[in-house]
Amino acid sequence: MTAETPVPSPSPSPAVPASGTDSGTPEILTGSGAIIKSLELLGVTDVFGLPGGAVIPLYDELMSQTGIRHILVRHEQGAGHAAEGYASASNRVGVAIATSGPGATNLVTAIADAYMDSVPILCITGQVFSTLMGTDAFQEADIVGITMPITKHSFLVKRPEDIPAAIASAHLIASTGRPGPVLVDITKDAQQKSAPFIWPPKLDLPGYRPVTKAHGKQVLAAAQLLAEAKKPVLYVGGGVIRARASEELLAFAELSKTPVVTTLMARGAFPDSHDQHLGMPGMHGTVSAVLALQEADLIIALGARFDDRVTGKVSEFAPHATIVHVDVDPAEIGKIRAADVPIVGDAKDVLADLTAAYAAAVTTTTPDIDAWWTYLKGLREEFPLGYSEPTDGLMSPQFVIQRIGELTGPEAVYAAGVGQHQMWAAQFIKYERPNSWLNSGGAGTMGYSIPAAMGAKVAEPDRVVWSIDGDGCFQMTNQELATCTINNIPIKVAIINNSSLGMVRQWQTLFYDGRHSFTDLHTGHGSAMVPDFVKLSEAYGALAIRVTSPDQVDDAIKLALATNDRPVVIDFIVSRDAMVWPMVPQGVSNSYVQYAKDHAPTWEEE
Amino acid sequence: MSTHVLSLLVEDKPGLLTRVAGLFARRGFNIESLAVGHTEVPGLSRITILVDVEDAPLEQVTKQLNKLINVIKIVELDPAQSVQREHLLVKVRADNTTRSMVLEAVTLFRARVVDVSVDAVVIEVTGDSGKTQALLRVLEPYGIKEIAQSGLLAIGRGSKSISERVFKN
Repeated sequence: MTAETPVPSPSPSPAVPASGTDSGTPEILTGSGAIIKSLELLGVTDVFGLPGGAVIPLYDELMSQTGIRHILVRHEQGAGHAAEGYASASNRVGVAIATSGPGATNLVTAIADAYMDSVPILCITGQVFSTLMGTDAFQEADIVGITMPITKHSFLVKRPEDIPAAIASAHLIASTGRPGPVLVDITKDAQQKSAPFIWPPKLDLPGYRPVTKAHGKQVLAAAQLLAEAKKPVLYVGGGVIRARASEELLAFAELSKTPVVTTLMARGAFPDSHDQHLGMPGMHGTVSAVLALQEADLIIALGARFDDRVTGKVSEFAPHATIVHVDVDPAEIGKIRAADVPIVGDAKDVLADLTAAYAAAVTTTTPDIDAWWTYLKGLREEFPLGYSEPTDGLMSPQFVIQRIGELTGPEAVYAAGVGQHQMWAAQFIKYERPNSWLNSGGAGTMGYSIPAAMGAKVAEPDRVVWSIDGDGCFQMTNQELATCTINNIPIKVAIINNSSLGMVRQWQTLFYDGRHSFTDLHTGHGSAMVPDFVKLSEAYGALAIRVTSPDQVDDAIKLALATNDRPVVIDFIVSRDAMVWPMVPQGVSNSYVQYAKDHAPTWEEE
Repeated sequence: MSTHVLSLLVEDKPGLLTRVAGLFARRGFNIESLAVGHTEVPGLSRITILVDVEDAPLEQVTKQLNKLINVIKIVELDPAQSVQREHLLVKVRADNTTRSMVLEAVTLFRARVVDVSVDAVVIEVTGDSGKTQALLRVLEPYGIKEIAQSGLLAIGRGSKSISERVFKN
């Protein structure tokens, strides 16, 4: 089977299909067989994993079936991030498999990452024999206990007959309400023993009732506030993407003419080319987006969680704004900023309801936001995103990233690592559709990019998938290039090689008196170049190119786009002095956004 | 700070207590007391938690608890609308010279002596926190050797029950 095999159309509904065994005597399956059969019946077509002692029975069954494509990763963290990339690119549940003990603990970073960014993944781990549990057996770790704070839920299964219900429940919980990672830990004896396979299993989840339909009165109140607001803004978060609500958002925004900002997790939820889009808010947001939130009289937060990277100093965030907070997770509402109008519901449903309610509200109230728009458009024109050429003669990283986006286009998927290159990729690539931008937003996990890009390419084989990576991130997970080469998963990797842990270096430059403590990685210009990324990538079977000057950039990108028989890695040697601007320094009000170093825009004082 | 009594109806699953206790620790909330036991419904347990937090963080901890898949229902029990009891066992030094005075205190507090030895008695008392603490203060001069105290138990007044509220829906 190749990566070019089209994946069956996604079934967005995670509901358990009522198929499987015919009436009559149920089939007798091993626990391992039940795991695979359950996954198949849930519509799972691809899994990422790595075998070990406690999952050998499961792998034995995997070998003798064809319904599920198993991709053998080189490190379990890669399986976890690949499952995340798969889910984030396609809105389908990503699946990762690992053995007990260290196999399971290697998944922990990816699970924590998925928890922070509400990514629906299902992690299946092997556990030692139930008779050995608690005895410090070989490769034993209490993975359910370890992951309790970072999973939406977890199951420990010790009997084969409990497997179908555990897998089906885990899949349901991962993909509904606020999505998130769910772990199913299955003992080796439960995998080996047999039991009748009964499908659909009875799901016993009396405590799980996610709210989707919002309270009508609150929606009306929100619509009325919007009709009356003079300075409204839609603060769009990643929840809009998880809820597949981009179309509804577009309709609502266009009807109400409200300015839109999209957070790091929501890039692509609203087209960047749209005239109502002010860009990304937050620490490295555009001046117009940051100040739109800061000076608003009404913020409608949609699937956003008032993260500290967005609000800056919370006590001074948007001091004059009335807050309408829409989220499927009631615990997000009022967690950071009190909501004047709390709306618990699925963004897709709520946006449709809001649109109707707003249409009704404007029959009696005439909105007046022209002055607000004049002000915001002025900011946008005065402070566009931009960058200055480095003075050391090396390439500007922003230029490289911008060209990747321009030459590849909005149908591609872009997965970033964490740091400066991530911010530049969020800023300088133009996103037009949801699920085209993948990154580790909440957890900030370096090393996310390559395995996530691999997962995205498996989920969406017909799309170009770029990993925009840093030289630091690349060294954390590049082993998955082997997985990509062997399994014909032709991702494209752009290493934005500034020879340093760039974001930390930037902070050291700005806030630690230029003391660059342990941020030099010796991978780029004027260094020993250890490792040599081109040689390393070639060793992995990738097409590897080094680019050192701007005139080579386009040709390299075009060659990468034309090469689909293997992964491509481009080592872009860029200036280490480039910085991410604009910036709101940590712990201060967003009013102090700096457009460039020591350059703060003026803003309206109330 | 102000204390609140939360009553949780939960599924009786392995690890449930870890999930609840871990959530409190992780989010920085302090559990003053905790009592767990079975309910009238097989498979369901009830956890009574006494927490010392302001109203806003209380709302957050309640919402976070509600997100736990095995938590079915949470109610806050208002002291005026509920019966709240602690159970205390205390071993007090009591020899021939002091025993009669200790027993007098037991009578005054409507407590009970459940074990007697030559130089000590074990006293059992049930009541609200004010009563149990007052008894301890009275007994202290005689020499308290050991205390075992339960978490707070609480139940709403009137005919309604938590599980009825859940299962009628």
